[in-house]
Amino acid sequence: MKNGSKYSLDFERPLKELEKRIEEIRLFAEEKQIDMSEEIARIEEKARSLKVEIFKNLTPWQKVQIARHPKRPTFLEYIELIFDGFIELHGDRLYRDDPALVGGLAYLADIPVTILGHQKGRDTKENIYRNFGMPHPEGYRKAIRLMKQAEKFGRPIITFVDVAGAYPGKEAEERGQGEAVAKAIMEMTVLKVPIVVVITGEGGSGGALAIGVGDRILMLENAYYSVISPEGCASILWKDASRAAEAAEALRITAEDLLAVEVIDEIIPEPLGGAHTNPEEMAGTIKERILENLNAIIDLDPNELLTKRYQKFRRLGRYVEE
Amino acid sequence: MFKDLFRSKQKYVTIRQREVPESALHATETVKKELPDGLWVKCEKCNQMIYHKDLVKNLKVCPKCQYHFRIGAWERINYLLDPGSFQELFANITSGDPINFPGYREKLEQVRKATELKEGVVTGVGKIGGVPLALGVMDFRFIGGSMGSAVGEKLVRIFEYAAEHELPVVTFAVSGGARMHEGILSLMQMAATCQALSRVAEKGLLYISVLTDPTTGGVFASFASQGDIIIAEPGALIGFAGARVIQQTTRQTLPPGFQRSEFLLEHGMIDLIVNRKELRNTLARLLRYHQRRKRVINQ
Repeated sequence: MKNGSKYSLDFERPLKELEKRIEEIRLFAEEKQIDMSEEIARIEEKARSLKVEIFKNLTPWQKVQIARHPKRPTFLEYIELIFDGFIELHGDRLYRDDPALVGGLAYLADIPVTILGHQKGRDTKENIYRNFGMPHPEGYRKAIRLMKQAEKFGRPIITFVDVAGAYPGKEAEERGQGEAVAKAIMEMTVLKVPIVVVITGEGGSGGALAIGVGDRILMLENAYYSVISPEGCASILWKDASRAAEAAEALRITAEDLLAVEVIDEIIPEPLGGAHTNPEEMAGTIKERILENLNAIIDLDPNELLTKRYQKFRRLGRYVEE
Repeated sequence: MFKDLFRSKQKYVTIRQREVPESALHATETVKKELPDGLWVKCEKCNQMIYHKDLVKNLKVCPKCQYHFRIGAWERINYLLDPGSFQELFANITSGDPINFPGYREKLEQVRKATELKEGVVTGVGKIGGVPLALGVMDFRFIGGSMGSAVGEKLVRIFEYAAEHELPVVTFAVSGGARMHEGILSLMQMAATCQALSRVAEKGLLYISVLTDPTTGGVFASFASQGDIIIAEPGALIGFAGARVIQQTTRQTLPPGFQRSEFLLEHGMIDLIVNRKELRNTLARLLRYHQRRKRVINQ
């Protein structure tokens, strides 16, 4: 998949201009039959270092934009690239199947695992079908069902988090969105099988945490994870959603910030330019990191696993004790 | 997500309230003063004028229309628990400013001064109808009853305490959700409180969650919705997402009574709606149902 230039982000513009210029020179040289390879190489080098420069110094808000990039790989693409023999399992057995949250059986290397993840659409039509990846309560109830199934059969659980938030809608409230999210969180704290969580894009509050409790929490370099969207925070705090960039800064939502407070265990580096510029490379790195982390916990005694998980989430608060 | 709660047009008048039971009953938060001396208040629902002393005597429930005014944590503890039985625990845990959030320190200072509360939840042990229990009571005046690290930690500790001492637990939720001023650490309190609750459950102990106006966002989506028995006060706003967010996102028209206690009861989300004046009695009965006979079942 090629990075569609129509989706380039604001801060990439100088880079895109250079790339355009390279293309123009190349065409010109071809047309006039003259050798301009030296000139091209020079600009290419300039573009490369500009790219490094841009992506080394991304602001939190720029990372949010990368995390929300329409071409960012989704769960189904990662499934294809990371796992083998995926069998999707549907439904919560209570109301309906929620296409915004996908789950099923798969092999990771040769380990049978249960996988679960938010699924955004890859085009408008699919986005409507998948409700832009925002689950209703039945999505979380399906997740709970499949996680308990995994526990029954002793399969490790791998979850992929990429959600703007649990869906805020009338029907979602009628069917108990809050209860479904809470129940999923609660169940995950006591599941007797290893859980590895990968935050791949948006970590949107409770809707993310509902499949985000685990023994190892990994996070892609440009993903974000936050208690509230930067826009929501800005509109509460300053009555002005357009100050989202400031809020993104204040909320400390980047992978680096979260590693510093031990909310995540590890940052997974992305290809230069973001995961969408090279999904295969991205998937390869994710697979390697999941495997290594899973191997470290897969043989732990369930009681030890649960004790460690309890302690992990027990010490995440920062308060004053007089 | 819950901006409509924080943006509420109402201004709550707060007066001095000490953390001693006797004086607490005179606090008048959430009650709009209509006259300068505060003798009369106007019911927010039926607009009737109520003599303030009558309102207090009636546990801040409008005698005419049964509208439940919000009440503070200490007021609740006072009317609910057997006199003199409450012993506060973990009062030494308070909020810091862990992510250096703009304006948070000032906000904390201001709220502490205005409410004389140290934190958004009061935790401890006491008795209702002679039955000992562990208790967590939130207070909306403390940054909208929001759950940050300290609120989460206090709840976790009271749940752990209950599990250790084999006590039933009752929480009173009133909250706009997670405290965004502590960023992701607030979100993590949802997991921390839930997992501590599972320790209570493992011991076979009763957990009753009482939802009061409002209980939304991260508090509803964690411990508050996981009671063995869930009770709500009448007319309380209870839900995951705020009505404004829902309307902006979905353009749906929301029916009258949406996300109110009665709506939740109808949709199967809560067990009971109990008038504040009946709450003590109901809790006592429920607690008595779950009192353990000595080792009959397990041996």
